[in-house]
Parts: sequence; C-alpha cells; structure tokens
Amino acid sequence: MSNTTRFDAIVVGAGPSGNAAAYTMARAGLNVLQIERGEYAGSKNVQGAILYADALEQMIPDFREEAPLERHIVEQRIWMMDDKGHTGMHHRSDDYNEERPNRYTIIRAQFDKWFNRQVRDAGATVLYETTVTDLLRDAQGRVIGVQTDREGDGYYADVVVLAEGVNALVGQRSGLRPELRAEDVALAVKEMHFLPQETIESRFNITGGEGVVIEAMGTITEGMVGTAFLYTNRESISIGIGCLVSDLSRVGKCSPYQLLDRFKAHPSIRSLLEGSEMKEYAAHLIPEGGYRAIPELAGDGWIAVGDAGHFVNAVHREGSNLAMTTGRLAAETIIDLHRQGQRCTRQALGAYRKRLENSFVMKDMKKYKDVPRMLEKQGSTIMDLYPRLMNGAAQTWFRVDGRDKKAKENAIVKAAWHARGLGLLGDAVKLARAWR
Amino acid sequence: MSDTIENRLFQNRYIVDTGQPHIRVTPHETPSEALQSMVHVCPAGCYSKNEHGQVEIVADGCMECGTCRVVCQDTGEIEWSYPRGGFGVLFKFG
Ligand SMILES: Cc1cc2nc3c(=O)[nH]c(=O)nc-3n(C[C@H](O)[C@H](O)[C@H](O)COP(=O)(O)OP(=O)(O)OC[C@H]3O[C@@H](n4cnc5c(N)ncnc54)[C@H](O)[C@@H]3O)c2cc1C
Ligand code: SF4
Repeated sequence: MSNTTRFDAIVVGAGPSGNAAAYTMARAGLNVLQIERGEYAGSKNVQGAILYADALEQMIPDFREEAPLERHIVEQRIWMMDDKGHTGMHHRSDDYNEERPNRYTIIRAQFDKWFNRQVRDAGATVLYETTVTDLLRDAQGRVIGVQTDREGDGYYADVVVLAEGVNALVGQRSGLRPELRAEDVALAVKEMHFLPQETIESRFNITGGEGVVIEAMGTITEGMVGTAFLYTNRESISIGIGCLVSDLSRVGKCSPYQLLDRFKAHPSIRSLLEGSEMKEYAAHLIPEGGYRAIPELAGDGWIAVGDAGHFVNAVHREGSNLAMTTGRLAAETIIDLHRQGQRCTRQALGAYRKRLENSFVMKDMKKYKDVPRMLEKQGSTIMDLYPRLMNGAAQTWFRVDGRDKKAKENAIVKAAWHARGLGLLGDAVKLARAWR
Repeated sequence: MSDTIENRLFQNRYIVDTGQPHIRVTPHETPSEALQSMVHVCPAGCYSKNEHGQVEIVADGCMECGTCRVVCQDTGEIEWSYPRGGFGVLFKFG
C-alpha cells in the first residue's frame, strides 16, 4: 500500500466502535483503512465484559456461530454492600436459555481480534502497531487524513472516523474537543481469575453455557462514586472495581488495587474466588459524564464514535453496545454521502446526529443526563450511607430476637431518620428527578 | 487474596520501548497536590516520591489508562503520549 493511496474513509482504532464503523463501510464497498496502535485489535482494550447481542446482531446476524463468547447471562445480582455483607436483588430466568441469547460475557482481547478479522474479511485494510499522532488538514482547515508514527507523509481520506476510545488524544490535541474532566471519567481496575469450569458452575449454580453477573456498590468504594463487578466466564471470573477519577485524586490515599483487594476479601465475595489463579491485571478509564459530557461529534472531514464520543450509559453498565451502534450509524451516514457523491462536510455529517437522536443511544443518554451531577453532589450519601442503612434494616428485620415487629419497623425508620433526617425526602426527590 | 502491585504487574505482558518513556514528569521543586495524589491513584504504582519530596515516574508497568494525564492536565507537570505503535502493555484478556 503506497501512502498516496486515497481512501474513502480512515478509521482510527479497532475497538467495538471502530470495528463496527470499518465493517459497515467495507461491506458497503467503501475503500477503508483502519489504524490500530496495538499489536493486534484488543491488545490495549479492557472491558468487564458484557456483550449485548442486539448491537452486534444488527451488523452480523449469525455472529453466535463464530464469535468467541463465554457464557450467556441467566442471572443478574445487584448488591448494596456494607462492610460485612450485602442486600440486593437477584433476577434469574430460564427464559434466558433461548436460541438467541441477549447478553454474553466475553473476553475483550479475543473478541476484538475476532471482530477485527471480520473487518478485514469485509475488505478493509488494517494497519497494526501504528499510532495516529495527528490529523492532516487542507488550507481551509478541513480534515483530509492522518499522520502516524510510521515514516511517511501520512494517509489521506474523504473522512476520518475517530474511534480512538476514551482518552481521545487525536481529537484533543487537534483541538476538536476539550480535555476530559476528572469528574467525568472513572478509573476501573480488573483482574482475571481462573478456576475449573465445574467449580465455577457449582459455585454459581449454573450449567452448560449459563452465566451470572454481579454488580455491586456500597462501602466497598469508601464513599467515592463507583461500582464493582464480578462476571462469570467459561473458565475464569472477571472481577473489578472503578471510581470517579476526581474522587480518587481528591482522597489521594486510596490505590485502586487496594480497593479491589478489599472487594475480593469481602465476606460476600471471598468464597466465590477461593483457589483461583490470577492471570492478568488491567486498568482503563470509563467515560461516565453522560449526555452533558458528549463533545462535538462531527466537523469538516471527521466524525467521532464510541467512547471518543463519551457514549456510555453508566447507570446500565452499557458502553460496547453504544460504541457499536454509534460506529454503525456514523458509517451509514458516510455511506449515504458517498453514494450521493457528497463531501463529508460538517453540515452533511449532521445527519449522524439525527440518526443518533432517533436511536436508543441519545434517548438513553438524555434520560440519565442529570445522574452524573446528582452523584457528584450526593455521592457519599448514595454510595456509603444508604447501603449501610439498607443492610442495617435488613438485619433488624430478619433477626428473630424477641422484639415485636412494630418495634422493629420503628427502629428501622428511626435509624434512617437519625442518619439523614429531612435529607431523606430531598434525596428521594433528587433521585426521582435524575432518573425521570 | 491481597497482592502486591509487583505481583500483579508480573502477570502482564509488556514490550518496553527502552530509552523512550512515553510519560515524563517535568522537573519540579514541589509537586502539586494533583501530582502527589498519583503516588496512590496510579493503578500500576508507577509514581513515587523521592527523598526530596519530588514525584518521579517509572512507566514500565504503565497500563496506558490515562488517569495521570487527566488528573495533572491543569498543572502541566506531565508529558503524556501513547507508546510508539506496538510497544507498551499487551493484554491477553483485557
Ligand atoms: C472495566 C470496564 C468494564 C466495562 N464493562 C462493560 C460492559 O460490561 N459492557 C459494556 O457494554 N461496556 C463496558 N465497558 C465500556 C466499554 O468497554 C467501552 O464503552 C467500549 O470499549 C468503547 O469502545 P470504543 O471502540 O469506543 O473504544 P475502545 O474499546 O477503547 O477502542 C479504542 C481503540 O483505539 C485504539 N487507539 C486509540 N488511540 C489510537 C491512536 N492514536 N492511533 C491508533 N489507535 C488508537 C486503541 O488501541 C483501541 O483499540 C467497560 C469498560 C471498562 C473499562
Ligand atoms: S497512564 Fe495510568 S497506569 Fe500509566 S502511569 Fe498514568 S495512571 Fe499510571
């Protein structure tokens, strides 16, 4: 490939958003160059990881036949933790043992590699071990290509799709978007723990390809805004915890891996991991600023997708599906313009925004637009006080100790009143508003 | 279950670009609070304080998360870029 080849589109990054964009465009016959800084697609990427089938199915309907999937989810546990235990909700149904399951656990490095192979098979050219360092522009400032850390003059295209993930250095350093605020990103650390398949299945009461996910919050984050997770893979368990970077740096004394250690040692978790062998430790940022943190999404000759567009629904732990969907919608916008022989100007690419608004992506982002601000202000109450109160209330309720039930009810109400007073009402209103 | 950071990073694969660290701390007398917080916040424990109270980095175990870049963006004490293509951390699972 000579550097003077002109492409219809250049995609920066081979995560789910970049792969979705490159795949969709290559399938439509566009001449696509994808550039990835890792040795292979996925080698730099970290996720829990839950894959939501629908977003992928829209592009590759028969993905289940070949994609490296771990387990399909049949049970969801949501835990509010205090120091000694948890109170929560479990939901399980045999309905999830269906022909086309809805959610799977995956291992990102393997999944991304597979997805990226589909991109190549669809006809795109993929360059690995190459970091995009800058955007190339014409005299009018329009983006016309990218510069990389390889020797040469760079690569040229009608449009550059920025699928570079949360750090988004290319966009930032080219002045297309502001730097991330520490309040808008969470730092997550994660470990992979290996156990025999039978051990996992008996510990989690599952068989065959069934899987369980645990999402947890509470005193495990020491009052900081954050959550933890435990997901079952076929022969391993992914376990991790994440907190807002602003909280971590403000506290300044808490190492993320110490939080993870404490989570792993928690009485509710410890026995689930017993005897496991840890084989990898990873860290990654998650964009959690929500709708208000979405940067400019397109301009003359460029368009941003996935984490680079801040598309994560932190309330529902969804990111990879938004990445794939935004990647696909950006690609469809570009394909339309290409077929009409139109240039990818800022105005023409405005159609991407419209597609987003019409999809679940922007509707969900808007629905929770006030949650990040609420957490910024109420974080420690929600992350620390309420989990304690709930666990205290549960104990008061379930212990049989000679106290009558009315007295127990009073004790529970009194404990909450004592801890929060009228704030209780205010919290309820704020939560309801942010959720609306 | 608790583990040292060294044992953790030992599990990971890296291709270190010898002599080309991708993160540098600019020389300083007294580090800002933001930079000091990185001694704890960096998930790979790359930052440490020397006997003069200055913050130093050895980026070999860096997982390229970008946290230090975000935390220290306003103080200008850190120069941060990705390692050259093909170098740095290499996740087997991710
Ligand atoms: C711990 C954790 C748990 C998560 N759990 C879930 C979950 O269970 N379910 C879910 O749906 N989402 C989850 N997410 C979110 C999800 O991982 C992201 O939303 C998703 O990966 C975003 O995809 P992306 O393609 O936009 O970015 P990324 O996956 O980050 O991909 C960006 C790609 O661009 C490459 N790149 C970056 N800069 C350059 C450059 N300059 N030159 C060349 N290449 C470059 C990178 O190497 C990378 O391959 C989780 C995230 C984390 C961190
Ligand atoms: S990028 Fe992340 S892992 Fe690397 S030095 Fe900064 S905080 Fe530590």
